[in-house]
Formats: sequence, C-alpha cells, structure tokens
Amino acid sequence: MKVTLWGTRGSLPTPGPETARYGGNTSCVQVVGADGRVLVLDAGTGIRRLGAALPIDIPRIDILLTHLHMDHLQGLGFFRPLRTRGVQVHIWGPASVLLSLRARLARYLSPPLFPVVLRELECDLTLHQVPAQEIRIGNFRITAQLICHPDPTVGFRIVEGNASLTYMPDHEPALGSRDFSVPRDWVSGYGLARGADLLIHDAQYTQSEYAQRVGWGHSAMTQTVQFATLAGVKQLVFFHHDPSHSDRDLDRMFAEVLEQTNPSITVSPAMEGDTFDLR
Amino acid sequence: MVQKEIEVILARHLASYLATPIFIVDPEGNLLYYNEYAEAILGYRFNETGEMPVSEWGTIFQPMDKHGIPLSAEKLPLVMALESKHPTSGTICIRGLDNVLRQIEIFAFPLIGQANRFLGAIAIFWEADER
Repeated sequence: MKVTLWGTRGSLPTPGPETARYGGNTSCVQVVGADGRVLVLDAGTGIRRLGAALPIDIPRIDILLTHLHMDHLQGLGFFRPLRTRGVQVHIWGPASVLLSLRARLARYLSPPLFPVVLRELECDLTLHQVPAQEIRIGNFRITAQLICHPDPTVGFRIVEGNASLTYMPDHEPALGSRDFSVPRDWVSGYGLARGADLLIHDAQYTQSEYAQRVGWGHSAMTQTVQFATLAGVKQLVFFHHDPSHSDRDLDRMFAEVLEQTNPSITVSPAMEGDTFDLR
Repeated sequence: MVQKEIEVILARHLASYLATPIFIVDPEGNLLYYNEYAEAILGYRFNETGEMPVSEWGTIFQPMDKHGIPLSAEKLPLVMALESKHPTSGTICIRGLDNVLRQIEIFAFPLIGQANRFLGAIAIFWEADER
C-alpha cells in the first residue's frame, strides 16, 4: 500500500511561511491499495487538496474518521467526491453513547456551521459506525479500536497482504498507563500498533508542554517513541504537530528527542506530501 | 486478548488514583485489577494475586455472611451485578490474608462501554465500621 500525508497539523489549520515545510493543513492521510482502492484517514483541511487530486471518475472512496473533533472533520464539506454524482462515498467513524454517526456528523454539516446538509450531498453516501468487527474494504483488512482521547475516538490498523499501517493521530497512552510501566495489554493502542510496519502517531508536545496538558488527549514526542518501541513497530512518524510549533521549532524539538531517546526504530516528523510504500 | 478495552484501562487508571477500594472484573468474572486501598482490606497485594478466575477469587478472600456462613461466588454483589447487568449492593464479611475478619459494604455495577459493549463490572467497597 502507498501512504501519502495530506495534512499533518493538529488542532487548528496553521498556514503561513513559518509552517510551510511541515505543513499547516490538519489531519488527512491517503492510503492506496495494490488494486488502486483509496482510503482516506480523517477529513481535516488536507482532504481538500486530496479531493482535487483524485480522478474525477473514481468509483468509490472510503473515509475513516478517528473521531469528530473539528480538526479531523473541517475539510469534509470541501471534499470534491462528496459533491460528485455517482461516486460511492463510505464514511466510517465512531458513534457516541446516545447519538448515531449520522446525527453527530450532521451537527457540523448543517447550518449555521455549514450551508449544505448531509442529505443534499450529490454522492452516493453510506455511513458506518465503528468499532465493530474487522472491516474488509477490497483487499484491506481494517481494525478499529477505541483509544485514549477525549470523546469517542478510535485508532485504525490497516493491513494489506504483509503490509500494516497503524494510524492514531490523537492519542494519550501515557494517561492510562503511567509511563508504560504496566503490562502491555493495559496500554491503550498497543493492540493496534503491535509490530506495525508504519505507525503514524500523535506527537504534539515537548515533555514540558505535556506536563501542562495532561489529560488533553495528546502525547509528548518522547512518550510516542516509548510507545512505538514498546509496540515493536518498524517505523514511526510524529504526527499532529501543535499549531504553535513552527518549522524551526519542530526541527529543534525533533533533534532533541532523537538525542534524548536514541530510538532503535526509524523515526521522522510528518511532513505534508510525505509518502511511504509498505510491502 | 492482545489489549484491554480502553474503558477498562481508564477504569484501572482512575482506581489507581482513588483512596476508595475498587475491584474490577471482566465479563466472565475474572479478576482484572484491584487498587491499593482494596489491598489493605483484602489482605493481598494485587501483584501477589494477579489476574485470576472468579472460582479462585470468590473463595480466596473467604467471603461469608454476618453469621459466618460461607457465601458462594454467585451470592457476592459483584457477581450478581455481573450476571444481572444491574447495580447491586450488599454487606458481606471477608477474612483476608492477615486473618482479620472484616465486615464490608459493597456497591457493584456493570461496566457498559461505547456501543453498549459489556465489559465487566466494578465493585466499590468500604469497611462497615469505617463510615
């Protein structure tokens, strides 16, 4: 499968010259299978450019939403396939205890926040609530599991053949596991990440920033390295960059974390346009 | 199971911070965790017992009624909450490893997660004379 990052920023779109290199668009990742089938992970503002880059006659798109916070949803109304007649769009995401996925999505896709309502979209739209049993989309086998983040939030593990990708853009595993000193089966997200070829994971803060934001649902870069090492992933990508961090800040933070943790796995900070080939 | 459900992980985390004895079991009644305050009443450290089936923990703490008659596992409020999927309360006596007989009041409730997933049950308890 081929993985492309279209939005790497967390919390708020952050355009401007000081964020141009790592990117200012919020969470959106494209996954293309060997048969050409397209998955879209989250609908942050990065999804607008992705929609423009897709073939106009693409028959089907599957959008997998980790949760419905605005930075993961804001681009949805601007995703061209939603407004294209004949395209099958399947949206997968978590319900809440009392509200269906449709009802939750409609809170954004309706006035006064957005001028178009769900039923007016021109595509052939189907909604699916996760978590459920393993999802099969073409050759993809997808597992969704609730993870530690405020409001119902899932992570995804996507497998095609021997290749595996785990995506947890908003995740605070340290909250429930005290610096990972508990057995692995008590660590949020471990089951999804275990042995993955590529882990795209929340790394929003420095350690000192995290100390001021415990319980907000995000991770410090050092914790992310600890988690990825615990899970035995092959490659880790720091994701969901804080809006206050400029390119220069991220360069400095990343260098410091490498020096502090000396990771045994491949680690890189997510950059808009990055691609990964997993086999 | 590769990993516990997030609701269970967070319940353990919350319990580990509370100065209230808490006991967590999975849907089959297997003991998953009890916190430090529960250790003081039960007389066993969790690290010593670890996870164990209901048939084991249901007898290891020697539960009995206030007349000293042993209680079977299905008479324990936690097991009743698990089986009925409704909150249950009750008073029992236990004798822990320290051989002290304690009367404890228990409130137990089923743990129902997102999408109505049944994840187990939680018991909160107190020594009766501590109130």
